[in-house]
Amino acid sequence: MDTLIAWILRAIPFGTIIMYGAMGEIVTEKSGNLNLGVPGVMYLGGFAGFASAYLYENTVQNPNMAFCVALSLVCAFLAAMAGGLIYSFLTISLRANQNVTGLALTTFGMGVANFFGVYILDGRTATQSMVYKTFQSKLPALSRWGILGQTVFGYGFMVYAAIVLAILLHVFLNRTRTGLNLRAIGENPATADAAGISVTRYKYLATCLGAGISGLGGIYYVLDYNQGIWATTGQIEALGWLAVALVIFTTWKPLNAIWGSYLFGLLYWLYQFMPTLLGFSVPGYITDLIQMVPYVVTIVVLVVTSLRKKREDQPPASLGLAYFREER
Amino acid sequence: MEHAIELRHITKTFGRVTANHDVSLSVRQGEILSLLGENGSGKTTLMNMIAGIYYPDSGEILVDGKPVEIRSPKDAYALGIGMVHQHFKLIDVFTAVENIALVMDKHEKYDLKAIRAKAKSICERYDFDIDLDQKVYEMSVSQKQTLEIIKMLFRGAQILILDEPTAVLTPQETERLFSVMRNMKADGKSIIIITHKLHEVLEISDRVAILRKGEYVGTIETAEASESTLTELMVGKKVELNIERPEPTNRHLRLSVHNLSVTNAEGVRVLDQVSFEAFSGEILGIAGISGNGQKELLEAIAGLQVTDPGSSVLYFPDDDRDSTAEQLIGKTPRDIRGMGVHLSFVPEDRLGMGLVGSMGMVDNMMLKSYGKGHSFFADRREPRHLAEEIKEELDVVTPSVTTPVSRLSGGNVQKVLVGREIAAGPSVLMTAYAVRGLDINTSYTIYHLLNEQKKKGVAILYVGEDLDVLIDLCDRILVLCGGKNNGIVEGRRTNKEEVGLLMTRLQEKGGIA
Amino acid sequence: MSEKIHAPHEPLMRVVKRGETSSKLKIGVRLLAILLALVIDALFIYFVTGLNPFAVYGVMIGGTFSTTMRFSWAMRDLSSLLLIGIALAPAFKMRFWNIGAEGQVLMGALATAAVMVYYGGKVPNWLLFTAMLVASVLAGALWGFIPAWFKAHFGTNETLFTLMMNYVAIQIVACCVNIWRGQASGLGKLNMKSKAGWFPQIMGQRFTINLIVVAVLTVLVFCYLRYSKQGYEIAVVGESENTARYAGINVSRVIIRTMILSGALCGLTGFLIVGGRDQTISTGTAGGNGFTAIIVAWLAKFNTFTMALISFLLIFLEKGAAEIASAYNLNDFASDIIAGIILFCILGSEFFINYKVVFRSGHKEVC
Repeated sequence: MDTLIAWILRAIPFGTIIMYGAMGEIVTEKSGNLNLGVPGVMYLGGFAGFASAYLYENTVQNPNMAFCVALSLVCAFLAAMAGGLIYSFLTISLRANQNVTGLALTTFGMGVANFFGVYILDGRTATQSMVYKTFQSKLPALSRWGILGQTVFGYGFMVYAAIVLAILLHVFLNRTRTGLNLRAIGENPATADAAGISVTRYKYLATCLGAGISGLGGIYYVLDYNQGIWATTGQIEALGWLAVALVIFTTWKPLNAIWGSYLFGLLYWLYQFMPTLLGFSVPGYITDLIQMVPYVVTIVVLVVTSLRKKREDQPPASLGLAYFREER
Repeated sequence: MEHAIELRHITKTFGRVTANHDVSLSVRQGEILSLLGENGSGKTTLMNMIAGIYYPDSGEILVDGKPVEIRSPKDAYALGIGMVHQHFKLIDVFTAVENIALVMDKHEKYDLKAIRAKAKSICERYDFDIDLDQKVYEMSVSQKQTLEIIKMLFRGAQILILDEPTAVLTPQETERLFSVMRNMKADGKSIIIITHKLHEVLEISDRVAILRKGEYVGTIETAEASESTLTELMVGKKVELNIERPEPTNRHLRLSVHNLSVTNAEGVRVLDQVSFEAFSGEILGIAGISGNGQKELLEAIAGLQVTDPGSSVLYFPDDDRDSTAEQLIGKTPRDIRGMGVHLSFVPEDRLGMGLVGSMGMVDNMMLKSYGKGHSFFADRREPRHLAEEIKEELDVVTPSVTTPVSRLSGGNVQKVLVGREIAAGPSVLMTAYAVRGLDINTSYTIYHLLNEQKKKGVAILYVGEDLDVLIDLCDRILVLCGGKNNGIVEGRRTNKEEVGLLMTRLQEKGGIA
Repeated sequence: MSEKIHAPHEPLMRVVKRGETSSKLKIGVRLLAILLALVIDALFIYFVTGLNPFAVYGVMIGGTFSTTMRFSWAMRDLSSLLLIGIALAPAFKMRFWNIGAEGQVLMGALATAAVMVYYGGKVPNWLLFTAMLVASVLAGALWGFIPAWFKAHFGTNETLFTLMMNYVAIQIVACCVNIWRGQASGLGKLNMKSKAGWFPQIMGQRFTINLIVVAVLTVLVFCYLRYSKQGYEIAVVGESENTARYAGINVSRVIIRTMILSGALCGLTGFLIVGGRDQTISTGTAGGNGFTAIIVAWLAKFNTFTMALISFLLIFLEKGAAEIASAYNLNDFASDIIAGIILFCILGSEFFINYKVVFRSGHKEVC
């Protein structure tokens, strides 16, 4: 039982990181833009959030932690949006290829984060921002309600914010005019254009805001999941790709991202808890294979949806294509 | 009378192609104006500028006498201009209501229930038959068009532009559309209808504006117009309307189609037990309202369609009826070629199926023959030679034989395609809408080429949409209706009424002549 | 009538498609783009580090050209990147978005390493090399075949599928490395004593063979795409599947065949990296080249000679940045930023090759 709880306690925060990444990418992809720069954007968000918190803490005498949290969130969002803006400008205004631009953004985002990260590290291998304690602070009463309290209420606020965001996105996409317009653009931009919807503005906004949301995944990783520690590792990149995988897994529906991300988290941490859960230990190399499972599951989902051909489960029809009104 | 909309000196170019040059025309309030012109005369481009899809290079647009700037479809909506495009602007995975909501005025509250109620009242008023909760991908073509019109009415369009609305409709549906148009006119709405069907122009419109090669020719009152005056204005000079029709010689059975059926991906039987025979030295016309199985019929014979069990297409290589026949069903195009069957096919979608747009004439010449010989590498000498020859003989206007064919005009594209298919020395030649979008002269070039092939003893299947041409050109005409063979008539003895009737009304017993 | 409609005037700027583009313009625009990128990079270097950008660029050139050794290392890295780009060319020309090169290279490398581990020193060298070659090509081909098969039969989105296959490959490599290293902390060079499966040194370098293979393949793949029947089929399928079917081309077969080829060439790259460069394997064996090569292949418009130029440019930057890093106490990540900016500029410049911008005042054209 304890193992199960420990497993869940690991899986949900892990899932939350990629949930943010995936939700941002869902918004982006709903506009028809396939942004493969998610890892880069998460890097930008993670680093900007960390750096702003770290600098604030270390320059102000009595740092206000609530302000620090807000500051880091805003910085993360803006930095990630800047990444989205580069992508938007190139793919929407200059009609560059989306896949290639996205990959270049990943390279660029990693480069920027790690390059400036080295200055903050200043020779150390890792450094920590204390704001993580605020990020991780739990509801004092509820989180002590035994097992339920632990597994349901035992996380920092961003875990719940992610769930709320997923529900909001669901309502936004399915119940509002703006959401309807956005979905129309992803399906058929020419039609949306003819309906008087500004395709360019929507694509820009969806891609930039989507990047911002993905960037929150980066900051959640650094300032909560990783206990405020910044180090030069490739970890965020792998998480970014997992977020892209999760988008496919959810069949572009934000509500599915909630349970999908936790499932990915459970699968990711399976290797550590399987020995105690199943009562036998496995050799180290098997754990590598178990970590492969989320990707394999995603492939299976991809294949199954393409087999079933249900229209509602397909990627947005114009995904990956540039739109130019005067094309002929 | 006040002008609902007026265009002054509009010019629009695409690269080096001038689509519209110095066009000025006007539409009165509460009238139906036909915009007439051959395909490629710039009708759609001109209308797209009113609808905000394109922006003119120069010139101005006036609505209700005031100069306006229409930079986007949104601006057009704000001015009360709505356009029903030939390719419907609908989102497939949305319901009808959601599609309507998409064009709604931004100041109105977003409330799907209210939208639904309002749309329903429009449907009832005009007697539109449509399920508002149906997804668009489940709708028929005419339902989609209906939805488009509802959308525009919902949006309060005062000026409605319809781009070739009748091309996809049955005569009954066309009549219904016309009565809706008359109602809207009575409401004081102005309507521009793009068409090239002269009888429809005469039936529905108050005035006719004519474009020729991107330039404005003039506007005349319909009451003063006749088919011949309109044709003259449209083509610019008196064109001999007679199409040559030599008597078939050396007529032998070439193709025997039996119980050919095709079921499409949606499970609809689009071709239903069609049987007929095609002979060498004759042109067999195939008539029918578009989407009644013409495409599937040709593609099934060409080996591009999966057919239902029991289908049979026998090919007789020799002029002897008792010779061994080859079964074409179940074969791929490559198998068919491998069997020595010279089957040429000019498909409807020229750049999307018959040719590769980004390649030049040379590379397009080898599309079907590149596999010849055992060399690993492709031989480009012969195709180059052929390309030069076709360019010369058919007067293909192109900077060079390596210029991507997508840069050529529609007529030249078709010449390249037909030229290649004929150069292959076919024994069966199938053409789908071979003259669609071509000017009169090019059309006649195509008819002439077909007749030459006929004289050489080729069996020709000609799928067409213009009944006059079908009746003048073809020896026999097979009429498809609802995917069934609804009868075969003699071209020399039939008339438009007979063929028109067969197109719209299914015979009791699929009459096989 | 709405009040929003302003007095008539043209929009400030409009975008118009160019009819035809001269090759002079194409080259000019690209050179301008690189120049612009270098200026942005110079500003970046100046503002972040306060260093004189020209001096920095001088040092940067040294990264590739200061010594013969440096140059040959640059060539070595160029060969890996270029080879993957060449491998991707057929797939991309077919409009098949093979984002899975990283995984295909890794699988090829893994197969090579496996042969070295299990057969090294046990069979004659010629047989060992043959086995390494065959195994790597087969492994890469398999990794290309799987997404292609699903694409051909069910239309499964290949961009996402191949992307996922990368991580499956990475985990498999991690697993095998874990097994082979045993109790050691890392997997050192394989067959350290016997050097079985190591490429022979030619002109002092083991990777000379890699360079030769790349040079040959640059020419071969160019000819394959431009002059062969299969290359023609690839072009037709890439343009329109409908046309391909009409022409009697078996689309599924071409997709699968081309992806097997693409994957096999990636696998071959894995073989060359392990045998000729690293003599070992890790999850970083492909080193992100699988992704960078996508950009290379795309920018070169599937022309393998152009790919060589672009690969060289990127490697030059990477080496230069490393040089800067050591000379000025910066860090290697500068190369990612510099490369990123250059890629953004080149990607953006494609627009000016295909379109022109017309401004309102006097129809001034800007290219």
